[in-house]
Amino acid sequence: VPAALPVEPVAEGLFTWPADEPRLIGSRCLDCGVVTFPAQGSCPACTSVAVEKRLLGRTGTLYTWTVQGFRPKAPYAGPDGGFEPYGVGYVELPGEVRVEARLTVADPTRLRIGMPMELVVVPFGDRVTYAFAPVTGAGP
Amino acid sequence: VSAPDVAIVGIGLHPFGRHDGVSGRTMGVHAVRAALADAGVRWSDIDFACGGSRDGGNADSMVADLGLTGLPFVNVRNGCATGGSALVAAVNAIRAGAGRLGVVVGFDKHAAGAFGSDPAAYGLGPWYGETGLMVTTQFFGMKIQRYMHDHGISRASLAGVAAKAFGNGARNPTAWRRKALSEDEILAAPMVADPLTQYMFCSPGEGGVALVLARGDEAARYCERPVYLRSAVVRTRRFGSFEVFSPSLALERADSPTVDAARAAFAAAGIGPDEVGVAQLQDTEAGAEIMHLAECGLCKDGEQEEWLARGVTGISGALPVNTDGGCLANGEPIGASGLRQVHEVVAQLQGRAGDRQVPGGPRVGFTHVYGAPGISACTVLSR
Repeated sequence: VPAALPVEPVAEGLFTWPADEPRLIGSRCLDCGVVTFPAQGSCPACTSVAVEKRLLGRTGTLYTWTVQGFRPKAPYAGPDGGFEPYGVGYVELPGEVRVEARLTVADPTRLRIGMPMELVVVPFGDRVTYAFAPVTGAGP
Repeated sequence: VSAPDVAIVGIGLHPFGRHDGVSGRTMGVHAVRAALADAGVRWSDIDFACGGSRDGGNADSMVADLGLTGLPFVNVRNGCATGGSALVAAVNAIRAGAGRLGVVVGFDKHAAGAFGSDPAAYGLGPWYGETGLMVTTQFFGMKIQRYMHDHGISRASLAGVAAKAFGNGARNPTAWRRKALSEDEILAAPMVADPLTQYMFCSPGEGGVALVLARGDEAARYCERPVYLRSAVVRTRRFGSFEVFSPSLALERADSPTVDAARAAFAAAGIGPDEVGVAQLQDTEAGAEIMHLAECGLCKDGEQEEWLARGVTGISGALPVNTDGGCLANGEPIGASGLRQVHEVVAQLQGRAGDRQVPGGPRVGFTHVYGAPGISACTVLSR
């Protein structure tokens, strides 16, 4: 429930927030159509500087994943106290781009390449960040 | 008049590992002195030098210890390709006639634990590091996870690569990890980044390596068995390759910088991957060696599973890989790591690799590094 989450995102311009259905903010090249995340001022594929912002799709499939098993060094700013492993993956948004993100699942038995995923916004300390969660009911 | 060939006529190395109280720079000086002695020359004979370090200080400051001869000394700071980029600079200098005798050096000394990285240094926002995405081990886990899915590589093969590395390290007196580990021990170690366990990863470490390079037509003055540097190539990533520190990836996968660098290195050398008799490949973790075997053109995707089962990449196999124990057994002092590979190939081609000598007198060797933010350096060497 967005109302229960902190207001401040980990960075401005990464995703729409507050929002009932948050979207990642990427960019699309006006010359070749390539989509990137986060938004950038030039196209890494064709070198054009004619790009526009674009709200990305909210659902996709898991391209690959891992589980971060130790607390990263600085500048990691995760919650103090006991470290909990977290999932990380790339989610393929059809026709757009593969986005790297924290996953809401850190159990390897519940992660499978190809599984449907959807964008969520989750607490991160006293701020919020974006993550992908398995689509409810889809199962691993 | 064609440009001269370039030969390696001296090699020197400070042991890898942990050396409390010894600076990275001191290890670099040690390596240079060892390489000079190997070539039978003095620092005052050297026309130019280039080299670098990530965390160990400025390479050119070593002139204070080696001698203030006034030679040009170029510092190189190019991540995992520091050694490779220094080699490219040295080769070009000799071919261009800017010097006849050069030194290439790399050294480093890193804090314990996984590397920490500054997002701003890579053009990324602070959020990328703060939210725990800027971790190299994650990238390695995710890349091999997908590769295993696509090409049928097993966890047993990951353990096999690591067991081979530690077994080779046990035969190498200058390696850091010199205790053989079984595949079961490797698989049972704590999981760091699924599917990779602690013993499948190398650690940041310490060490130094130096090489003396000469014109090929003058190599015999310095060395009975010169090894010729047939090519040295550095490449950055192209759009679509699967790279470390990437908040997003293109839908279409393109070849990695490893593929580009290896292909260019073989083409420039006029030597094919099938002629390689000993290879050192970036094995930051066990999966990397598997993927890099294919990316360098040494095998087909998926073929590694059978190769490992048959021991093809072992010291007595058809294509020995990481004969000195690689990054897994030597650790990764970034500035020194790529030159360690060249040092090992030269020792192997000269038949002086001791207990880890590849039998049969290999004639052609290959080295490869890969690193952030998507760079690769490769060399082809031959007798």
